[in-house]
Amino acid sequence: MFDPYKIREDFPILKRKINDYPIIYFDNAATSQKPKQVTNMVKEFYEEHNANIHRAVHTLSQEATELYEEAHEETARFINASSMSEIVFLRGTTEAINLVAYAWGLHNLTKEDEVLVTMMEHHSNIVPWELLSRIRGYQIKYVDVNNDGTFNYDYFQKAMSKKVKIVCLTQVSNVTGVINDVKKIARIAHDNGSLVLVDGAQSVPHMPVDVKDLDTDFLAFSGHKMLAPTGIGALYGKKELLEKMEPFQGGGEMIKRVSFDQASRRCIISWNDLPWKFEAGTPNIGGGVGLLAAIRYLKQVGMENIKEHEKTLTEYCLRRIQECKKVTIYGPKEASLKCGIVPFGVEGLNSHDVALFFDAYGIMIRSGYHCAEPLHEEFGLSSSARASFYLYNTREEVDRFIEVLKEIEQTA
Amino acid sequence: MTDSAQDYIANVEEACGEERDFIVVFRYDKKDEAIAKILKRAKLEKSISQLIYELTFKDASFRLYRTGKAVFRKLADREKLDGILADLLL
Repeated sequence: MFDPYKIREDFPILKRKINDYPIIYFDNAATSQKPKQVTNMVKEFYEEHNANIHRAVHTLSQEATELYEEAHEETARFINASSMSEIVFLRGTTEAINLVAYAWGLHNLTKEDEVLVTMMEHHSNIVPWELLSRIRGYQIKYVDVNNDGTFNYDYFQKAMSKKVKIVCLTQVSNVTGVINDVKKIARIAHDNGSLVLVDGAQSVPHMPVDVKDLDTDFLAFSGHKMLAPTGIGALYGKKELLEKMEPFQGGGEMIKRVSFDQASRRCIISWNDLPWKFEAGTPNIGGGVGLLAAIRYLKQVGMENIKEHEKTLTEYCLRRIQECKKVTIYGPKEASLKCGIVPFGVEGLNSHDVALFFDAYGIMIRSGYHCAEPLHEEFGLSSSARASFYLYNTREEVDRFIEVLKEIEQTA
Repeated sequence: MTDSAQDYIANVEEACGEERDFIVVFRYDKKDEAIAKILKRAKLEKSISQLIYELTFKDASFRLYRTGKAVFRKLADREKLDGILADLLL
């Protein structure tokens, strides 16, 4: 049975106090806290199994290789990919999106093409496409959102054409928590011959994600938002696409052979098998082991349970926040449309002031643009405050959050 | 900013999109000293649980947090902020 109070015992940081107040961590959309199961496994890896992978025949290297490969296998199973060949480990979502832009886009996009990006994207799913368009000259079309921040399917359908070669969208907005119907969007994109790249940074940690069911071509996500260490994340790509793509970076590990051809005085290079073709150099092995532990933990708790728990907290928070007269909730107010993210503003106060006030009481929330400036502009906002939940948050923490929010209102 | 003020400050950020609001983050090891100096020099308008202070100094209003941060509201520019900090942290 899902029990957040029992889960909390696995997270030592939640026992900390700030200004004598127990911390309430509501900045999970930025990064999650780490359970002992993850930190212990990383520690154990460095203390007992550390070595470079794929490079040696000795015992430690074999152990490290097995753990690192098992991390790929576990990640593949977690999102229902066909095999670990479809799972590339990278630093995180940003690097994963950059991989698609440069290993696929650089070689496939031309001046006649279009790339569709939604207005609710994190900068990491905007900037790589803008940068690449300066090299390749394609047009970027931005898909508007509805007034409440939900995906505008009519606008999308009108913007879609045979010219569009890739649709880049988030599954869950990091600002509003809005969940997009990726399956429907992918079907429309594929009907027009376009690929689909999904930013799963805010979805994979919080709900069951099945790449086969979504039929997405690429899915990028970060380990640190799903209990794993920072600096590790993954890109899922359909095998047939990854096989056709050029490598992202060159170096060791990503090659099968580099032989010198005397006649041409050039090196003849053949790429390594998937996924190693995209993992140049020594990878973040310890991070991969941490991700393995994190996924095992999440699977044990159950992704459906986590999704339901966050939905319950969000519903409760959205209901209680209405008691605060000077507080405005941005985006949809219906919990069924979103994940556990509540963006809001307090009349007369900037979002940083709100966040600092909460901080004084040990409550961690986010303030600013959350790396999604275009969406804030769409809403006519200069910034917003954001509370975001995860499996270890409780109803009592929401109550305390509302109590302090009422106090903030009085000072505004 | 004077060297004296600089000693206490880790970082200054302009609040994104807001009208010249500045967030000042004091150095962790010097924050208590900085807070003590500021409370001595600025006029206390309101204290909330001894954690958050509403203060005024010259023609500026700001909020000081026990966690070692301050938000200065609606200042003309960074130069103005630097002048205020220099006087407060003298």
